[in-house]
Amino acid sequence: MNVSIGLPWGLILSALVLWSALAFASPFTVRFPRIAPFIFPLGAVGALCVATAGLLALHGPPVATISPLGLPGLPFHGRLDALSGFFLILFGLTTVAISLDLAGYRRHEHYPTAERIGAQYHILLASLTLVFVAADSYSFMIAWEAMALSSYLLVITDHLSGATRRAGFLYLLIEHVGALALLAAFAILIAQGPAGAPLSFTFTALHAAHPDAAVAGLVFILAFLGFGAKAGLIPLHVWLPQAHPVAPSPISALLSSVLLKVGIYGLLRVAFIILPTPAPWWGLTTLSIGLMTALLGALSSAVQNDMKRLLAYSSVENIGLITAGIGLALLFSAYGLKALATLALIAALYHCLNHAFFKGLLFLGTGSVLHATGERRLSRLGGLIHRMPQTALLMLIGTLAIAGVPPLNGFVSEWLTLQAFLKATALPRPYLAMGIPLGAALTALVAGLAGYVMVKFYGIVFLGRPRDAQRAQARESGRLERAGLGLLALLCLLAGVWPAGVIALIRPAAHLLSGANAMITTGDLGARVGVGHATYVPWVLWIALGAIALAAILILRVRAARGARRVPVWNCGHPLASARIQDTAEGFGQPIRDVFAAFLAMRRHRPAQDDRVPRYASTIEDRFWQGLYQPAARGFALLFAATATRQPRRIAISLLGVLMTLIGLLVLAP
Amino acid sequence: MTTLASAIHLLAALFLLAAFAMLSQRRLANLITLYAWQGAILASCIALAAYATGSAHLYASALLNALLKILLVPALLRSLARRLDVQWDRESLVQIPTVMLIGLGLVIFAFNAALPIAVPGAAINHATVGIALAALLLSLLMMILRATALSQVIGFLALENSLIFAATSVTYGMPMVIEFGIALDVIVGIFILGVFFFHIREQFDSLNIDRIEGHHE
Repeated sequence: MNVSIGLPWGLILSALVLWSALAFASPFTVRFPRIAPFIFPLGAVGALCVATAGLLALHGPPVATISPLGLPGLPFHGRLDALSGFFLILFGLTTVAISLDLAGYRRHEHYPTAERIGAQYHILLASLTLVFVAADSYSFMIAWEAMALSSYLLVITDHLSGATRRAGFLYLLIEHVGALALLAAFAILIAQGPAGAPLSFTFTALHAAHPDAAVAGLVFILAFLGFGAKAGLIPLHVWLPQAHPVAPSPISALLSSVLLKVGIYGLLRVAFIILPTPAPWWGLTTLSIGLMTALLGALSSAVQNDMKRLLAYSSVENIGLITAGIGLALLFSAYGLKALATLALIAALYHCLNHAFFKGLLFLGTGSVLHATGERRLSRLGGLIHRMPQTALLMLIGTLAIAGVPPLNGFVSEWLTLQAFLKATALPRPYLAMGIPLGAALTALVAGLAGYVMVKFYGIVFLGRPRDAQRAQARESGRLERAGLGLLALLCLLAGVWPAGVIALIRPAAHLLSGANAMITTGDLGARVGVGHATYVPWVLWIALGAIALAAILILRVRAARGARRVPVWNCGHPLASARIQDTAEGFGQPIRDVFAAFLAMRRHRPAQDDRVPRYASTIEDRFWQGLYQPAARGFALLFAATATRQPRRIAISLLGVLMTLIGLLVLAP
Repeated sequence: MTTLASAIHLLAALFLLAAFAMLSQRRLANLITLYAWQGAILASCIALAAYATGSAHLYASALLNALLKILLVPALLRSLARRLDVQWDRESLVQIPTVMLIGLGLVIFAFNAALPIAVPGAAINHATVGIALAALLLSLLMMILRATALSQVIGFLALENSLIFAATSVTYGMPMVIEFGIALDVIVGIFILGVFFFHIREQFDSLNIDRIEGHHE
């Protein structure tokens, strides 16, 4: 029966070996330029292997392994279950497209950049795979740190610019805060287990530790902090809008599509599998943080002028929606409503997959635009649909998908999330049962804002006329780049028109999560609901859409049959034929900026009445910079300034200070 | 058992002597040789402790220390000194006899501080702990008093030797994993510092600390 027991691990190991070899070979492409074109396509083959392994792991029984890697006496434990399998599929499929895009990207880069990306990118892929299959806290943390460091190096690829280095530092800093929180969470759990037990650090042992409620809550908070820093939940989301614009676009795509999902994966793994039955407040915390993140991300992305920063804030928004779904699932789990928890988890995981596909597509497309025009500011772009028709078409699919327009995939997961919110009336506490469905309204607002943002993004970049004469000479991107975009666009379409297939992929993972810890109470309310009701039925929608299209065609036909109408010439309200007269990104975002002014920190410069050279400027910052990060930074600066003045400049005297402290401590020691 | 104990005592005394010799030595080549000797004493001490306790991992540790501290690190340091063309340390801040007196005071202090530390096992007693502590303080003193970056690094390496010695004498060595880790750190540290020296010399035309400190503002 289990013919595939050895196969998934074989595939994963061969992918790891392949990627290591590619990382090692990348620096040598300078000396042997003939192998250079094969590096990234081979990486894509590895990604395909990992995706296949994930697919095999979904339906097979969980397969554990003890790898020969690691230190003597401390082997790495691996485990492939449905959750790992699902995330490996997400990671593998997205990475195939990104690798293809990088294969095209490589050709435009000068000497050390492509080689460095080749080495670090494949190390990152290998460590990501290890994070997904690690089954003990020790190998998990090692893979986690390897992932953080290699992605940091990729973010600072353009390390000659100060802005890049600053963004990279911020990323590294938040990454470290998160990793410390995770380390503390694991350490507390290990300490809860029986003392001196061998291999007390495996996830199985951690699950068996059974901490009491207070300790479990503390571990949950720490894990939420650590994984939230990775996923980009408020208030630790600030690295996203800084790091995404400065990283090379394929790397931004990987960051947004896969690395953020690693945070989600970790949160699911710890909250549902390792820790015992969740308490209701875990779910409420997760839900409210998720919703706030979603709202803040959507609002901030509406007012951005940099296209990659806009997409980064939109990632914050999507992660917020996913987290809100997880919060609902935790809440349902806490009250023993297993079927509803499964529904919320399916919604969250579906959205993970969708976000990986369409955000990857959008970032890769942004890379093509950036390469063709050399411009990230929306105020300088425009009219690219004429210059890059194929890229524009594929990007249209991505923007429609992320805006939640049926029949594409974004609609399905948002619909499922809304369903899960509305089913919260089944909760046995009246406040929750009445309050949480209000979250559905907030979700709808976020979805609407996302649509608005995407109209702005696509309209400004691709439609209209070029706003800058220099950018008008843009050319279509290369064949490999378009292949990457096309693959992701195809996946978006597929996940939109065939939700049953995708849910079949997700269901084992969702069952694993909701069944692992949820208590089954007598008279399980969830059973009455039945998840089947919430499934989105595409053919009904198709019939409706087809009917609308048919009606539109018929009306036009009827109109045309009446013959040509003769009317006076209308110049479309354009008395002056200048590209400057088009709506701008700032103009388009203005209503949102004014309606939601309380959520945004804005500095405006308005011209005075008698200005000779009138100038209008507004800069928008994250409120968290003013409220949280700047005070913290000032505090540290004061602290260090205070200690630095007391510190002598001579090295010998500093060392003498060390010696004196040591002697002092030895004297004081009992 | 008594001969074993006295052999370990003898080695401990030699270890302290080597620390003093390093404190007084100003010629760089001799300093490196002394460092290698200290490493050899450390390695044989660990080997004796391994014989006394019969633990395989202490044998491995002894072998690791011997390879690293008698062969690899001194060779690296010698080649660095040759390529950087430094042979002598400059006049130190304090005269050598004064340094010796300070060192003597530190040793007495270290023995006093080590008294309350209870040591398990018979082969090693608290005098060895005192010696390890004294050697540690002496290497710190050496780092303070030296004026070139390279001899400061040797002081740092001697400090690491004393730490391993202390670990061996108090707890019969650390877990294997940690010792491997420290050994790796030492190697990596040497390489990084080697690279830094070249950069420092390019930047400041000198390896003397005061020249670098001058640019600190």
